[in-house]
Amino acid sequence: MIQTIAFYLFAGLVVLSAVLVITARNPVHSVLWLILAFFNAAGLMVLVGAEFIAMLLVIVYVGAVAVLFLFVVMMLDIDFAELRAGFVKNFPLGMLIALILLAELVLGIGAYNVGGVDLGTPQGTGAPVVGASNIESLGAVLYRDYLFLFEAAGLILLVAMVGAIVLTHRERRAARGQQNIARQVARRPDEATVLRQPKVGEGIEL
Amino acid sequence: MIGIEHYIVVSAILFVIGVLGIFLNRKNIIVILMAIELILLAVNLNLVAFSAFLGDLTGQVFAMFVLTVAAGEAAIGLAILVIYFRGRGTIAVDSVDRLKG
Repeated sequence: MIQTIAFYLFAGLVVLSAVLVITARNPVHSVLWLILAFFNAAGLMVLVGAEFIAMLLVIVYVGAVAVLFLFVVMMLDIDFAELRAGFVKNFPLGMLIALILLAELVLGIGAYNVGGVDLGTPQGTGAPVVGASNIESLGAVLYRDYLFLFEAAGLILLVAMVGAIVLTHRERRAARGQQNIARQVARRPDEATVLRQPKVGEGIEL
Repeated sequence: MIGIEHYIVVSAILFVIGVLGIFLNRKNIIVILMAIELILLAVNLNLVAFSAFLGDLTGQVFAMFVLTVAAGEAAIGLAILVIYFRGRGTIAVDSVDRLKG
């Protein structure tokens, strides 16, 4: 009973906040609704016993990605009203395609419900370890069967990080006429001034 | 009783909302990126639901990989957005086709 209530609570909130993500006028509000959507999706995942992915969702998405979005939205000075211009114009076509997509997906789910395509019995090695927690069993599968993919995922993150830094890095060139205080302080009188005794009417050569 | 169908319906709705978000906010690339995050969230929900109901942890492993790629994609996308804004002063997607060539 309590599971059903929790499921409908999380599911309703995740759908509601997803709708608000794409319709909110202010992108900052969009990001905040996105955070709510991720929290509720994490709740849905906890409900089926996938605690580790739920925690990962909260840590990675809410802790990193959503904050990154917030940074960018607040850093850039953008006129958002202008960007919403096509909203009403695109609404009918977008709604039509969304409804078609939803109908197709629900059709697929209905077919699955009736019996689906016979896929045979699963024979993977990914069965949870009996008596172990979700994280322990997940770690066993991850480091036994998917070790190289795991390393590849680390490589992807490294490349993404290097790429983001290279893209946004700005070389700070010394501007023209910029003051170099160290050079000023290091200047000595004997290299800065010269004593000359010019004859009258001849001038000096510099 | 909550079955796998409930989860698939929720993730289907989430996916469709994500696609609709791309359609509705065609100019605002920040909201487009957020809609892509929603789509990936729907995929993750599907993977986790199937993994839990079929008793095979492989789905959760792949949900992790999807999460990794989504994080990298958000970082690169926002970096491109920032340099695009620096050069042009706007983030309207219509004029992005000038980047070609």
